[in-house]
Amino acid sequence: MSNSENSLVIEELAFAYPDGNQALFGVNLTIKRGERVALLGPNGAGKTTLVLHLNGILSSGHGRVFVAGKLVDNEDKESLKQIRSKVGIVFQDPDDQLFMPTVGQDVAFGPYNMGLRNGDLTKVVEDSLSLVGMLEYKDRPPHHLSFGQRRRVAVATVLAMKPEILVLDEPSSNLDPASRRELVDILRSLDITMIMVTHDLPYANELCERALILSGGVIAADGKTTELLKDKELLKKHRLELPVGFTL
Amino acid sequence: MIIISVTQVAKLPFSTVAKRSLIEIPFILFAILMPFFGTGERFEVGSLNLYRDGLLAGASIVAKGTLGILVAINLSATTTAREILRGLEILKMPTPMVQIASFMLRYINVVNDEMQRMAVARSARGFEATGVRQWPVLATAAGALFIRSYERGERVHLAMIARGYQGDLPKEERVANHAKDWITALSIPALALAISLLSNWLG
Repeated sequence: MSNSENSLVIEELAFAYPDGNQALFGVNLTIKRGERVALLGPNGAGKTTLVLHLNGILSSGHGRVFVAGKLVDNEDKESLKQIRSKVGIVFQDPDDQLFMPTVGQDVAFGPYNMGLRNGDLTKVVEDSLSLVGMLEYKDRPPHHLSFGQRRRVAVATVLAMKPEILVLDEPSSNLDPASRRELVDILRSLDITMIMVTHDLPYANELCERALILSGGVIAADGKTTELLKDKELLKKHRLELPVGFTL
Repeated sequence: MIIISVTQVAKLPFSTVAKRSLIEIPFILFAILMPFFGTGERFEVGSLNLYRDGLLAGASIVAKGTLGILVAINLSATTTAREILRGLEILKMPTPMVQIASFMLRYINVVNDEMQRMAVARSARGFEATGVRQWPVLATAAGALFIRSYERGERVHLAMIARGYQGDLPKEERVANHAKDWITALSIPALALAISLLSNWLG
């Protein structure tokens, strides 16, 4: 069962898409508060499907998900609203996430929906933007920012909701080395439970102590990131590999 | 006259106004033709045979068109698209329409970039649009663009739900209007009204 020590508990989660394509076959998982966990796995392993279950966007036919001890229940709209403020998902393409006319308004979108107004709202927006070092871009339209800047703003939009868990979908994709570095520093500075979905194994190793391999709709491995990444056979079996020349 | 003085107050460069006014030219051409075709009273100017009704109708199209275009130029040059949308919202335009327009504003660049990338990809593989035979390719590209935009719409909606979207977008705080703003704003329609009353009274 769940207790409040754990940010996330998943029990026997299985899911099939309406077209009959089964993506998850019974996932069990517990993540403690404050842990940073990398979720690794080949394309089509069900990573995104799993992520969309965490805040009830997809609802499973089988199994249960608890966020901070509370059951994610699609039937109960009021609790779903609370869960969605607790699980912050940063999607892969920042253009999908930044839909408001200015950066500041976009960051305000989540907390506004949670009921914050006026002074409180402004404060949350400014705090979140300064956490990712983007405060001076508050009144700019998102399409005038670089890709790395947009990704940082996307992180801020989610932080503004004060989530229990931060979920990042491929946070390092399409970033140049300097932007990658900046994002690592920002993510490290946050005191929050973090799940990072990625194929970027060095990046996972840099940020996350623990790693999971999701393959074929089940958790195929769970352990220390360095240990998992040393096991060449394991990686190969699940269509993962370290970059050429990279050693731990 | 009034609108020209507004343009002066707004400090718009004459070249901008002139360039943007070019859009009116087709209408003016049409209006010039009107006096030659029509019915009713006829009169002659030099060797030209003109109809009185057509002349009046043409003149009024030119006058209304010019005024409309000048006003639109003034509005678009002095007010950002965002402010116009906010104005429409305050004027009680239905929320879904305002939201659709603001998403269009946000994504028009994204879709345009996508379209240009597709054009580059086409020409990188030796495509040249030279005639009717290339139309199927362009049509397929347009179709792909529609589908991509539709899928992006779904992803955006997902991202909105994930942040607790329930049907309304946050509103910007309203800047209070001072009496001075009201007087400035009302001076123009008041002046126009006065002139039209005066001309009615005189003639």
